[in-house]
Amino acid sequence: MFSEIAEYFRTETLPHMWCPGCGNGTITAALVRAIKTLRLDQNKVVIVSGIGCSSRMPGYLDFNTLHTTHGRALAFATGIKAAKPELDVFVVMGDGDSSAIGGNHLIHAARRNIDLTAIIINNNIYGMTGGQSSPMTPHDKRATTSPYGNLERPFQLLDLVQAAGATYGARATAYHNQLLSKLIIDAYNNPGFSLIEAISQCPVSYGRRNKFKTPADMLLWQKEHGVTAGRRALKDEDFLIGEVFNKEAPEYTQEYEKLRQRLKGGER
Amino acid sequence: MSKARLMQGNEACAEGALAAGVRFYAGYPITPSTEIAEIMAEKLPLLGGTFIQMEDEIGSMAAVIGASLTGAKSLTATSGPGFSLKQENLGYAIATEVPCVVVNVQRGGPSTGLPTSPAQADVMQAKWGTHGDHPMIALSPSSVQECYELTVKAFNFAEEFRTVVIMLMDEVVGHLREKVELPESLPVENRKKPTVSPDQYVPFANDPSLIPAMANFGEGYRYHVTGLTHGENGLPTGKPEVTAKFLKRLTQKLDPYLERIQLWEEAYLADAELIVLAYGCTARPVREAIDAARREGLKVGLFRPITIWPFPSREIAKYKGRKFLVPEMNNGQLVGEVERVFGFEGVERLNRIDGELITVTEILEKIREVMSHVQ
Ligand SMILES: Cc1ncc(C[n+]2csc(CCOP(=O)(O)OP(=O)(O)O)c2C)c(N)n1
Repeated sequence: MFSEIAEYFRTETLPHMWCPGCGNGTITAALVRAIKTLRLDQNKVVIVSGIGCSSRMPGYLDFNTLHTTHGRALAFATGIKAAKPELDVFVVMGDGDSSAIGGNHLIHAARRNIDLTAIIINNNIYGMTGGQSSPMTPHDKRATTSPYGNLERPFQLLDLVQAAGATYGARATAYHNQLLSKLIIDAYNNPGFSLIEAISQCPVSYGRRNKFKTPADMLLWQKEHGVTAGRRALKDEDFLIGEVFNKEAPEYTQEYEKLRQRLKGGER
Repeated sequence: MSKARLMQGNEACAEGALAAGVRFYAGYPITPSTEIAEIMAEKLPLLGGTFIQMEDEIGSMAAVIGASLTGAKSLTATSGPGFSLKQENLGYAIATEVPCVVVNVQRGGPSTGLPTSPAQADVMQAKWGTHGDHPMIALSPSSVQECYELTVKAFNFAEEFRTVVIMLMDEVVGHLREKVELPESLPVENRKKPTVSPDQYVPFANDPSLIPAMANFGEGYRYHVTGLTHGENGLPTGKPEVTAKFLKRLTQKLDPYLERIQLWEEAYLADAELIVLAYGCTARPVREAIDAARREGLKVGLFRPITIWPFPSREIAKYKGRKFLVPEMNNGQLVGEVERVFGFEGVERLNRIDGELITVTEILEKIREVMSHVQ
């Protein structure tokens, strides 16, 4: 129910700009429900985004919100968190935003293990610019800039950030949105860089070109192919949902604070 | 009481930033600016501040803006290629009115160019490097002392006017060692904070001062910041009337303050038939050449813009009828602003782009040549 979470929205900004059937709204609600469950102080929450349809999310939300430049959300968020670690910083990005133009910031935020909760809304396409292929467009799928099918292969986002040094990684979908909320809570509680891949649907720019007749077909695809670890062997288009990795490593802002304290004690 | 110290320009710039209260630095190493980062890495954690070496200059500029939004006075330093990479987010800081200081210790370009040689190659990039119409403040020191004092000023302007201020240095002043008098204290400005309660706060208000009060993230004033054209409430809009109002304020917001922002130095202007307009490192040999010319009885004066953007056009317009000579270590950039005031007639250039300083002799010869045509 929207009324349960309305207090976290700038209701004067609604209705939102997303197309009917888009997964962004569902994922927004999942994030807000997680923040509500965590009982975070609205004044201490910062939501940062890049550029894209998904990145319009913070504008609708009543927190400290920062809609930045294409691909750079994590770098802005790094400055915020490093300068004021007591803030709770969430970062919302599109798949193109985070893995193409922002790919460098993604791996370096992971390498620093800086305490940010990042959500990549992966709709496998550049939504805002009208359906060009992204680094997350599956092999052979169609986009306006891969009209004969995508020759390239997509990233495995969670493997990528894990190898780079992130300490928490999880995946859910717009269909599995309650799971998504729970994973956002776990990601927030991880003191380090956490990434959640939220698989979403873009019926207009991706679905139409790739044999999905309706948004519901895309949600059913998510339902069918999202597999909890251990339930069954993964085949064809299947992907794991739930927590994918969770480990411990020194967190950047804590390490920096230790340095300040060490220097205060006269040690160099 | 002030203390005298022998210092390098980059070091003086870093010390000036510290005197202004800098608490955050994000950067990426590049010659000839790296000393500034190294000093910040050492000093900031001692002061409770933060230094971070980012993955590139795009990220550095982003991190600086993020940190400034939390209230930390923030700095980054770079040179030509890095300055190019900073341009997109530099425009973001201007559009979202987030104070920060960007130091560009200029080197020869284009491209990787001449990494260790001086140039004044980024004068126009400082003004127009980022897309769209926007205000710009750029300061150009010509001594180590000025590197210190102007960095304090740069922070003051950034905070007071909620904008990016560029310290447009060059390899000569950056690496020069000179004696500096560090004043005991210089006036330090801080951004205007809201005096109203959070529910009354209008983050991008069309304030009569043209500079809206700025709340820092985390202090209870929740608002939206976007690089999209926005209304007074910070929310994106495409409405022409809101856009026009926003851009009018943004592009005109320095106008009421030009008298304080535009700094310059002048010498021998009263009777000067020829005015040499020079800035940054080039002003150093120019001063010597003018003294030599005066000894020869030539009526030559100096106009040295310290603030190069916004260019003090009205001030130089007072000298209508005099000849101008604009020596620059580029192919003729700031000279265009002089020509905008006087036209091409009577405005002479002297340019050098080979990485060598323009010499006193070259300038003196040019002065003699120009003066020989003055009746
Ligand atoms: C520097 C820059 N390059 C290109 C663009 C144009 N652009 C806007 S959004 C976008 C892609 C968005 O795709 P994605 O990140 O996947 O997010 P979505 O819109 O699908 O949510 C692009 C290329 C831009 N705004 N800035």
